[in-house]
Amino acid sequence: MKTKSSLLRNNAVQSLICSLACVILGVFIGYIVLLFINPNGAGKAISAVIKNFFFYPAGPARSKYFGGTLVKAAPLVMCSLSILFAYKVGLFNIGVAGQYVAGAGISIYAALAWQCPWIVCLLLAIAAGALFGAVSGVLKAYCNVNEVISGIMLNWIGLYTVNIILSNVKESASPYTNNISSFNSEAILPTMGLDKLFGNNQYVTIAVPLAIIAAIVVKIVLEKTKFGYELRATGNNKNAAKYCGMKEKRNIIVTLIIGGGLAGMGAALLYLTGMEQWSCSQSSVPGMGFNGIAAAFLGCLDPLGSLLSSFFIQHITNGGGYVDKTMYCSQISDLISSIIIYLCGFVLFLRQSINSRLSRAEERTAEREKELAAEAAQGGDK
Amino acid sequence: MDEQFAIEMLNITKIFPGIIANDNITLQLKKGEIHALLGENGAGKSTLMSVLFGLYQPERGVIKKDGVEVKINDPNDANDLGIGMVHQHFKLVECFSVLDNIILGVEPASKLGLLKKDEARRRIVDLSEKYGLHVEPDAIIEDITVGMQQRTEILKMLYRENEILIFDEPTAVLTPQEIDELMRIMKSLAAEGKSILFISHKLNEIMAVADRCTVLRKGKYIGTVETKNTTVEELSAMMVGRNVNFHVEKKPANKGDVVLEVEGLTVASKVHSNDAVKDVSFKVRAGEIVCIAGIDGNGQTELVYGITGLEPAKKGSVKLNGKDITKASIRKRNTSGMSHIPEDRHKHGLVLDYSLEYNLILQTYFNSQFTDKAGFLKRKPIREYADKLIEMYDIRSGQGPITATRSMSGGNQQKAIIAREIDKNPDLLVAVQPTRGLDVGAIEYIHKQLVAQRDAGKACLLISLELDEVMDLPDRILVMYEGEIVGEFNPKETDEKELGLYMAGAKRRAVQDEN
Repeated sequence: MKTKSSLLRNNAVQSLICSLACVILGVFIGYIVLLFINPNGAGKAISAVIKNFFFYPAGPARSKYFGGTLVKAAPLVMCSLSILFAYKVGLFNIGVAGQYVAGAGISIYAALAWQCPWIVCLLLAIAAGALFGAVSGVLKAYCNVNEVISGIMLNWIGLYTVNIILSNVKESASPYTNNISSFNSEAILPTMGLDKLFGNNQYVTIAVPLAIIAAIVVKIVLEKTKFGYELRATGNNKNAAKYCGMKEKRNIIVTLIIGGGLAGMGAALLYLTGMEQWSCSQSSVPGMGFNGIAAAFLGCLDPLGSLLSSFFIQHITNGGGYVDKTMYCSQISDLISSIIIYLCGFVLFLRQSINSRLSRAEERTAEREKELAAEAAQGGDK
Repeated sequence: MDEQFAIEMLNITKIFPGIIANDNITLQLKKGEIHALLGENGAGKSTLMSVLFGLYQPERGVIKKDGVEVKINDPNDANDLGIGMVHQHFKLVECFSVLDNIILGVEPASKLGLLKKDEARRRIVDLSEKYGLHVEPDAIIEDITVGMQQRTEILKMLYRENEILIFDEPTAVLTPQEIDELMRIMKSLAAEGKSILFISHKLNEIMAVADRCTVLRKGKYIGTVETKNTTVEELSAMMVGRNVNFHVEKKPANKGDVVLEVEGLTVASKVHSNDAVKDVSFKVRAGEIVCIAGIDGNGQTELVYGITGLEPAKKGSVKLNGKDITKASIRKRNTSGMSHIPEDRHKHGLVLDYSLEYNLILQTYFNSQFTDKAGFLKRKPIREYADKLIEMYDIRSGQGPITATRSMSGGNQQKAIIAREIDKNPDLLVAVQPTRGLDVGAIEYIHKQLVAQRDAGKACLLISLELDEVMDLPDRILVMYEGEIVGEFNPKETDEKELGLYMAGAKRRAVQDEN
């Protein structure tokens, strides 16, 4: 009994249970929605979403599409790291989308217009994201402008600026930017043999290990260093941080700079694989940044949790592509994954209710034991 | 049963996760009596009152009104039964008038929905004359004194024709003169047949005003006594469970050099356009405890902010050991010999979500003792340091250094702050209400620590609202009123009545800072 309850009390175990519960609930509700739209194909459709690359029977094809999911999960990891890093300091970095766009714009432009090698493109993307973050940070620290407001504004500023700039390097016949791999193969991230592991999927590059390393570094910085100690103190109680002489203004700016850098790097990790081209006519901010919010919370605001949750979210997003389009309209995959992502927000809520339930149960057992002991004592007297 | 009880709470048990807040408590309030409810913080007084107001449902026990069992599901039920309460922190709308606040929720209106204030005004004037509750019906709450705000709260209950009046720590915010006035009002209310429940931990007030007193300790019912048959000592022993030494033992002060010198300090207010601290000058020497006394909200908080750097000084200067620190950063002040036990331990003193060990290094985490050159925290030294402080200062917690600070009791949280600030070995210790909300045992401990610091040759600046503490602990008292120091006293040569007159602004005299 004791070991069982302490196991449930364990943070990591709790996080895992709650995240899984949310995922299952999300899939279930998604299934119900599908039933309403078209009852005939619902079972097949939902299993396609969950299966994703398992859709393919054979080994090489499977691992190729598994690789494809990983490639798109890497930038999502970066965006969720950006969110959780700022969140630990008490900031809600909704500007992550704009920072991501800035990173995408500069890395593509540097690759195509300036013919820079990949490492330069990557560093420029980090710098651009950081610059966007810095604007929000300075406004927040010195003018008390809410970072959510300035972040949302910057998302749009970023999107249209990037559209204008990248129009210079787009294909003449389409709104898409030129293909980096054919125009400047130097700018493509090296694969280091990883492509061989994933059925010759040329898009599997060092982006995947880089994202994993970034998650580990973020975890170490937050939990083991003086810098992380300061940042988390500021996030938990900014009055106490001020009281003990921490520079809270500087910490706010530095946090958003780092968050922006992470998001900018995420964009480079996607576009420098050559897998996607930027559409200069798009009029909505890419969902990657916003999905990062969901990934961060589904991962219980832990960098390593972000790795798992980002992969999962990308998994169902990709899986949505396999839904039978003759039965459902093509947006259905987005709808299903949105429902699941939406329910991911309940992770923290579930944790709370588990904890209070546990406490109540413990209380009751303690009471019962006490009563039993009292009864035993009385029996002894007789 | 001969006696008539207005309200009875019989065998109330209320359990929260991990704690039995009320364990089989019985409280019987007679008609027309003043009944005190005595207990330390955490004894279960607030829980019991929340049960009475229907905010919590008890696991066991019944509530009876006039001998009939009643069920109270929410505060509206309590209100219907004629139970009213004056909270410690008043529940008044600051920008409304006294009249508007009194009728709030029970506004008399015509059929068309228009307010009929004249009738309400007449009733309020009648009530205030009947019970001697002087208020100005048209004054705005934020402009009137705390005493009048409290009278407004009392009138609110009377206007609703409540029969059972509960006063929750009503004297905490009042001057001694206002306290006398309140006692008189309570007695006249009881004489008119109202039943009064008076929650307090101030023994002298209970002895002065209450007929009977029920004592709680750690959630348990200890007993009910007639005040005329008991003594302060007996009550305190019931409350704490042992005999308590009320008087602080201390040797005569051995004063040294000036450590803190404040000159013409002016600090702007955050709430209003006036300055909160106006041209304040004083000195604190090594080896003495100087106390700033005053009613809450007379600029003490802002004065401390100005000294510790939490708010910038508008004018004037602050010198520490002869060095001007008026413009120095907080970090600079903290590392050059100033320690600060803050007024609000949850707001400033602790990061509640951090472990105890992390809170113990809050002022020193950046030293090479705890951080290596690469910027990583050194786990082992931090753990060892925490173990040392926990041992030295007897900080009790569930899991030692890794306990979540949020889960610790208030007294132990305060001990952690005091351990951290004293262990820095400061020249100046600024202690703001260091015993606020703590039980008698913890207060005794903290007073001893402060005296030990003084005897070790440190300068102590104490800010306190508790008159007992003001009279007992310091070597000098400075009274603050509306942002100014209005008098300096030797605690041996003054008494609470005299201080009260200065604290209320009725008198002032020149401060001659003896050298």
